[in-house]
Amino acid sequence: MELSSVKKDYLYRLAKEGKRPDGRAFDEYRPISIEKGVIKMAEGSARVKIGNTMVLAGIKMDVGEPYPDTPEEGAMSTSAELVPLASPDFEAGPPREDAIELARVVDRGIRESKFIQLDKLCIEPGEKVWIVFIDLHVLDYDGNLFDACSLAASAAALNTVVPNERFGLGEDKPLPLTDPPISCTFVKYNGVIVIDPSLEEEEVAEARYTVAIDKNGDIRAMQKGLKGSFTVEEIKNNIKIAQKTSKKIRKLLLEE
Amino acid sequence: MELIKDGKRIDGRLPNEMRKIKIEAGPLYRADGSCYLEWGGNKVLVAVYGPKEAIPRHIQNPTKALVNARYNMASFSVEDRKRPGPDRRSLEISKITSEAFENVILTELFPRTIIDINIEVLDAEAGTRCAGITAAAVALADAGIPMRDIPVACAAGKVDGVVVLDLTSEEDKKGDADLPVAIAPRSEEILLLQMDGHMTTEEFDQALDMAIKGCKEISKLQKEALLKKYKTFEEE
Repeated sequence: MELSSVKKDYLYRLAKEGKRPDGRAFDEYRPISIEKGVIKMAEGSARVKIGNTMVLAGIKMDVGEPYPDTPEEGAMSTSAELVPLASPDFEAGPPREDAIELARVVDRGIRESKFIQLDKLCIEPGEKVWIVFIDLHVLDYDGNLFDACSLAASAAALNTVVPNERFGLGEDKPLPLTDPPISCTFVKYNGVIVIDPSLEEEEVAEARYTVAIDKNGDIRAMQKGLKGSFTVEEIKNNIKIAQKTSKKIRKLLLEE
Repeated sequence: MELIKDGKRIDGRLPNEMRKIKIEAGPLYRADGSCYLEWGGNKVLVAVYGPKEAIPRHIQNPTKALVNARYNMASFSVEDRKRPGPDRRSLEISKITSEAFENVILTELFPRTIIDINIEVLDAEAGTRCAGITAAAVALADAGIPMRDIPVACAAGKVDGVVVLDLTSEEDKKGDADLPVAIAPRSEEILLLQMDGHMTTEEFDQALDMAIKGCKEISKLQKEALLKKYKTFEEE
């Protein structure tokens, strides 16, 4: 959606004065709340709020055939639905490009950090493995879906139970996990870079950057989006801020 | 399996007893009106947008607003993962829900516009269409859309030969009949009615009467939820 030029001027002017429309510092995140295990029919679930943005992640598991190149590993699939409930700008219908990019970026963070131990989800090598479906349902859209969805997916995995009993495979047990990735997203407009963009900041954004940081502060996935560009220095600085911020978010995520 | 034992149902309820219902008006930030509703194991979220210009233009009606309800189930809301997107069942529910609301909304006040009602089922345990309609009515009121009445829905049915109110999944699957009903509670006009199974005329009369009584109970909860939100506004 195009933002009115009045609003754009307003955000630009604020940026020059070192301010954001909601009064945050450039490297300041909005309040986060995480609620795990909210959906009874799902194997795992979580509702995450970042400011006014709200996302629900649900995990379902099924038994299926492994991919030919990984016969001894489970599989995972991540999808995102931008349902019209969440914003007047979302339309019903098959997922558009932005929903697909969103799901793929979330998927990459989880996959590359080996958060879900797919090698422990083999039932019969080459024949039967667990398939983990991560579904992201956006409920209220006020910016930064990348981080909200990534956090909701990780929080949902943390309370996922493998439904062995329902499939006649013995006792139910927790989904085998390692350390979750933490995603931090930045946008750039009028020469400034801000973390955790709100919707109005996304609407004036020239460039977007997302990085997934692991427990050691190492990088597991990145995505640059939109028409604008970043300098090398800017990217390096974003990573530094993400490393610092991700520690706080990780603590929140792992709290019971 | 017996569905009724010593006059009680598998979850311990009496035949004319409803599951627990919790309604919250206006939980969403972006929507013009919204409602979150829990009904037994069902969790439903509804957002209303509009009235807004109907696009593309050729769908506009020069004399009244269009009412467009969309019922959608989250992939993780059911036992076996549902593929995202509409199927025949949800399209049918969307259609009859839209028609039920068209009856009560004063559509002639908003020519050339559309009112979108987005119903998302997040967790499902039988009776999701009734939960969706009940929540949508609260969301429409929260959006300030003028209506003749605030619709409300509830199902009755028959299990083990006994007429009961508000079926659970087990009763829906193994029972004899299901009868979801939506009404305009002040006039008791029927806005939506479906039935599947097998009932005698007497059983139907009894079930319809039970469903309408159930609707009237839930209608009180809808009004309480709306009052709760707007009362705090008044005090502030």
